[in-house]
Amino acid sequence: MATEEAAIENTEQKAPWEPKITAFVCNWCTYAGADLAGTSRMEYRPNVRIIKLPCTGRIDPLFIIKAFERGSDAVLVSGCHPGDCHYTTGNYHARRRWIAFNSLMKFVGIDLRRLQFSWVSASEAIKWVDLINNLTTEVKDLGPFVDYKKL
Amino acid sequence: MEKALQDKARELLEAGDVKVVIGYGWNKRKTQTTPVFITDPADVERLVFNPLCVNNLSLYLTRQYKDIQALGKPAIVAKGCDIRTIAVLIAEGQVARDGIVIIGAVCNGVVYRQELWKGELTPEIMPTKCHNCDVRNPHIADHIVGDPVDFQPPDDPSGMVYDKIGALDGQEDGDRWSFWMEHFERCVKCYACSKICPLCYCERCIVEKNMPQWIETSAHARGNLAWNLTRAMHLAGRCTFCGECERACPVDIPLNLVNQKLALTIDDAFEYKSGYDENEHPPLIVYSPDDEENFIK
Repeated sequence: MATEEAAIENTEQKAPWEPKITAFVCNWCTYAGADLAGTSRMEYRPNVRIIKLPCTGRIDPLFIIKAFERGSDAVLVSGCHPGDCHYTTGNYHARRRWIAFNSLMKFVGIDLRRLQFSWVSASEAIKWVDLINNLTTEVKDLGPFVDYKKL
Repeated sequence: MEKALQDKARELLEAGDVKVVIGYGWNKRKTQTTPVFITDPADVERLVFNPLCVNNLSLYLTRQYKDIQALGKPAIVAKGCDIRTIAVLIAEGQVARDGIVIIGAVCNGVVYRQELWKGELTPEIMPTKCHNCDVRNPHIADHIVGDPVDFQPPDDPSGMVYDKIGALDGQEDGDRWSFWMEHFERCVKCYACSKICPLCYCERCIVEKNMPQWIETSAHARGNLAWNLTRAMHLAGRCTFCGECERACPVDIPLNLVNQKLALTIDDAFEYKSGYDENEHPPLIVYSPDDEENFIK
């Protein structure tokens, strides 16, 4: 038992820190885009945890706050391109909300490289792969979000 | 002006047009004004109006005050800034325009805090909102009392709140973060900011919901940040800068800064200022395909 615990501790010490990224994506575009990346056997960084929601209009700013509270180093919010929303206007509403929320988060001093927004359609698997790879590299350079984690 | 106000209140009550007049009256020691609810025409002499009338009485029009609603149709004594809040309440369907009588009071500015009053209104004791006020002559009212004043606010908003926002905008992320953490650290989660806000009228606030618990209720830095961000976000495009939240805050968190930062953002992005048109929807409940942003990849 003791050796097991020591072994676990040992691996934890040895494993380099990897960023934890939470992605809130819409069911119809970005999730399908990420799915296409998977079915096309594209490889990308495994640091992203995808949370699927029906629409970007369903993404409450509290989700993003909660993700940071629970230890995310970065949050990605992604949905259908303007004009492509499955529910016609969900992403337009979401865009308005983000314009306000983005400004608020910047005003309280959160590095906006840790909170990113994108439009990824169901066919843009390559865009998704690039996005995640770039985001992971960027956040890796920034390091863990200690400011929030030590609250 | 007080005479005109009292006469109008008496007239409305005697005619039976309204059942209660919500206005300002002196406290017992005549050091501060306090909300009064006049139901008897004989009591109208209690109504006063002076620079100590800082409260935003439109709070008493919201549904949480069931005992006031039970009295019947209200008339409310409101400054221009209070009328802006009433306009948002009407726009959001909380108050019917014909369900209330607005007695607009022409205002030359109020004091920032009642304790600062030394018998004379000087610019130093006036809040930022008064220096930028373009509704000293009430813009939506059934009756107006007081002689019209001629006051031109500066083209660009100026004053302490806006200067501080500008200064913070010029700082590094880390400095802003420590500025806010220092302030939010003091938050005791008394929710006075929410209770006094006429636009925080949800019957069940998100902080009261615990299945799931979105916002930690203990006065702890993490939950304090979540609460203050959420409160500000829920007021985005709605806050009319009455400043009551900051005045009510027992630990002096500069809430006007976050609220007005968002108001400036909304004005930049959607060319919308809250509280001027009671028939227009607040910007975050409508949308436009032409909204512009530069941060979505």
